[in-house]
Amino acid sequence: MGYSDAIRSVYQAQIQEIREAGLLKQERFIHSPQAADIEVEFPSGASVKKAINMCANNYLGLSSHPDVVKAAHAGLDSRGYGMSSVRFICGTQDIHRELEAKMTEFLGTEDTILFPSCMDANCGVFEAVLTNQDVMISDRLVHASIIDGIRLCSAIHDTFKHSNMEHLEEKLQLHADKRLKVVITDGVFSMDGDTALLDRMADLCDKYDAMLFIDESHSSGFIGKTGRGTHEKYGIMGRVDIITTTFGKALGGASGGCVSGRREIVEMCRQKARPYLFSNTIAPVVVSGVLKVLEILSGSTERRDKLENNTAYWRKGLMEAGFVLKEGDTPIVPVMLFNAKLAQDVSRDLFDLGIYAVGFFFPVVPKGQARIRTQISAGHDIHHLDKALDAFIKVGRKYEILGKTKNEIIERYGS
Amino acid sequence: MQDQEIKEIVLKYVISEYVEDDDQEVTYDTPLISGGIVDSFSMVSLKRFLENKYKISIPDEKASPEAFDSVTKIVKLVKEFI
Repeated sequence: MGYSDAIRSVYQAQIQEIREAGLLKQERFIHSPQAADIEVEFPSGASVKKAINMCANNYLGLSSHPDVVKAAHAGLDSRGYGMSSVRFICGTQDIHRELEAKMTEFLGTEDTILFPSCMDANCGVFEAVLTNQDVMISDRLVHASIIDGIRLCSAIHDTFKHSNMEHLEEKLQLHADKRLKVVITDGVFSMDGDTALLDRMADLCDKYDAMLFIDESHSSGFIGKTGRGTHEKYGIMGRVDIITTTFGKALGGASGGCVSGRREIVEMCRQKARPYLFSNTIAPVVVSGVLKVLEILSGSTERRDKLENNTAYWRKGLMEAGFVLKEGDTPIVPVMLFNAKLAQDVSRDLFDLGIYAVGFFFPVVPKGQARIRTQISAGHDIHHLDKALDAFIKVGRKYEILGKTKNEIIERYGS
Repeated sequence: MQDQEIKEIVLKYVISEYVEDDDQEVTYDTPLISGGIVDSFSMVSLKRFLENKYKISIPDEKASPEAFDSVTKIVKLVKEFI
């Protein structure tokens, strides 16, 4: 056995270091289906407590929707549990191609390929379509999975300041000599809840002959008038060359992701993307659930409309109470606390009042920008939001942060 | 071209490109990469800026994080190729 005490102590010291820095992540165990009302065991071993979930990516409230659960059961019965194969050997069913066709239609693209997760889609796509003659130019706040995908690709990489279009244009000029150029951004930025300026980005891409890539994980299903995503909101459907998105958030919340976009790019992924080639794709039961989700969303905008109204109600309530919020109009509403300990204390006190909302701090967000990231769902009813607001106000009063500016909060609690 | 002139141009570029916090002071000898101001990804734009500005080509093996770790070191590297 090579795992000696000396090796063990290396890891123990590292874990202790994380713990002492106050950065140890601990899971909370949920004893119920994912929904607005959940039952939580936290800390481990504590009795199970009812809480309102204010931090799920369950934007459309479809994670436990009875029709989705029923469709998943039917899929399990008709197509079985697993495929025991990657796609190109014997791991492709008719429903995998059906889902790819439905996603192509939903996103308004030319073709789609499924991946085990959007993390895998982002890790596989750049290496599959670019070479060392090319350049990737990304927003400085893109998701970690995109950064990992960029690291795996031989094309050179440059960045532009967050949503700064002048800086992006400078970079497109700087790299004008490259064979292929790809501008890379999140559609909705998951930590701040702001959206990329896609209309201006699409214009710049046209001007400099660059492709446009967007990760729509926090957009698909609810951003834009019919929920197609950020490209619908900005009126540029059909002008985005590569879209990646997930089925692990609004679109049922189980797992899986895809690359959707230009026909040739999707084909290159089918030929070369390593997470597609060397891993099983999405299980039939999940594919069946996502197909039902798309059917629900294509039939009615009721859920995304309810989400929009809930978001406006929640944001207005927090603003009027005197919290410092990040500006935006998406269901990601960050309540800014700036100090990591304060974020953890507020989260704990909220949980005592039956509200589940997790504190985010470095390294997930930059130092001095700790926050509670609240996320609204169409699964919330007004009574959920009122109860959560009441708890936020009680805790805000306790820490005397209501009506205080950023500087006043930092002055009192540090950054 | 004088060292001082190149130093000023490089420092100005580094500040406008990488420094987003107005309170952060950057001097000719501030550690850029080991100090976390420039990440290894973003070195690309610095390298390309220098190559375009001075009409030079810096081989990849010379463009190490150590060689880019301060304005003074960058100027020394650039001078090798001018």
